[in-house]
Amino acid sequence: MGAAFSLILLLFFNTSFAGQNEDSIVKKTEKIFDANEVIFGHIYDAHEFHFFSYKTGGKEHPVSVYLPVILYSPQRGLSAFMSSSFEHGEKAVKGYALLTDHNIEKWKLDSKKFRAGQIVAVNESGEPDLNVKIYDFSLTRNVVQMFIALALLVWVMLVIAKKYNKEEGVKTAPKGIQGFMEPIIIFIRDDVAKPNLNHKYEKYLPYIQTVFFFILINSLVGLIPGTANVAGNIAFTMLLALISFVVIIFSSNRHYWKHIFWPPVPHGVKPILIPVELLGIFTKPFALMIRLFANMVAGHIIIICLISLIFIFGALNKIVGYAVSPFSVAFVIFIYFIEILVAFLQAYIFAMLTAVFIGQAFESPHHDEKVHI
Amino acid sequence: MNLLMPAFGLLIWTLVAFLVVYFILKKFAWPAIIGGLKKREENIAGSLATAEKVKAEMAQMKSENEALLAKAREERAQMLKEARETKDKIINEAKDQAKLEANKIILDAQAAINTQKMAAITEVKNQIGNLVIEVSEKVLRRELSDKKAQEEHVKSLVNEVKLN
Repeated sequence: MGAAFSLILLLFFNTSFAGQNEDSIVKKTEKIFDANEVIFGHIYDAHEFHFFSYKTGGKEHPVSVYLPVILYSPQRGLSAFMSSSFEHGEKAVKGYALLTDHNIEKWKLDSKKFRAGQIVAVNESGEPDLNVKIYDFSLTRNVVQMFIALALLVWVMLVIAKKYNKEEGVKTAPKGIQGFMEPIIIFIRDDVAKPNLNHKYEKYLPYIQTVFFFILINSLVGLIPGTANVAGNIAFTMLLALISFVVIIFSSNRHYWKHIFWPPVPHGVKPILIPVELLGIFTKPFALMIRLFANMVAGHIIIICLISLIFIFGALNKIVGYAVSPFSVAFVIFIYFIEILVAFLQAYIFAMLTAVFIGQAFESPHHDEKVHI
Repeated sequence: MNLLMPAFGLLIWTLVAFLVVYFILKKFAWPAIIGGLKKREENIAGSLATAEKVKAEMAQMKSENEALLAKAREERAQMLKEARETKDKIINEAKDQAKLEANKIILDAQAAINTQKMAAITEVKNQIGNLVIEVSEKVLRRELSDKKAQEEHVKSLVNEVKLN
């Protein structure tokens, strides 16, 4: 929610322009407030945690936490430096430059392929060199935030595990964080793993639990204002879907493949159904990926849009902007609660469907007709 | 559609993060947590089963106790009844015995009285005889001179005695 912070700051700038003449207010507010930029600035990954910017003497001073940039290029090898050395796209470092909207315009780059925040290789004259292929392994804000969230998760789980090892919560009632996490763990075990994985549930339980908490912690941490949108990043959801895909494939038995390549339907229908079934292998994890991504990103966009409304109206008329703000904030609070629900729900759905698909992959021919989701 | 283009770097880092988290949790957290939960559930199930068993045992014991109590009560009643009967029997027997005894004693006493009476009568008779003899002697010593009169007198005396 880094954007939320910058927006709150923007509110103050807005008022600071109020004293100037009408035309310039509209122009300047239009210039300083671009909802599209705010929204996508938040949704995309970045090489820094940008909290807010303030202006003194007409110059903008961003307040950010800069993160390390790690680049690998087959031509140039590995290079690593801090993102602060880019000076927000003004300087090229070790033959690499950070793209900004200004740079993209200046270098006439395809705005469909390039966006602000990306890193490109530049030649000696400072022009972008698109022949140099770059793999960006930077510890971007999504990566760093994910590591922090996961460190938190691992710490909590190890604390709980230690308690169970000490027979706390085994012979006595669970307390504190243990008491909070336990119902969730039991829920995943009893309502997600057991009904779908039947007798094999113990084998898959660590994976199902990890997937659930992995998504949950990243979604929840991503809801803290000032943090990035990790669970709503396509790379994040894609990887989880890929892992699910691999697990499903490795859990499959003969019957699963027979069902795909020789479905129990009349022979005439087989040529139609076989491609459909074959496609189904891939659509299942693909749906997992898109569902989680869309849900998380939508929530973030809605919240920023609602906050942006204040500034859009504020740009039209300062009073209208103030008048809209209570409604906007009320809606944001409402959506925030929904987002917390969605974080749990999506983590649950992802874990649930993964369990269902794994269960389908190894089910025996006897109990055949299960729900195909 | 930059939004739908996964960043390769993030993909790799997510993979690394997921695998590290998965293996750490799988090794150190899940066995303890899942095992602990399972153990507790078994514990609770076991405790409940034991409680149920104990309850059943208690119920059985209670019913047994009640049966025992009822039996004891019955036995007590029986014993009381028997005791009463025995008491009555003993009393009756004692009464009969006493009656018999008393009758016997009375009979004995009557017999003794009779014998003693007879003895006393005999004694009295003897004494009277002796007295008669003594008196007769005295009389005889005085009236020996008149033999005829003496005999007559003796005869009359004897007759008188016989009449007695």
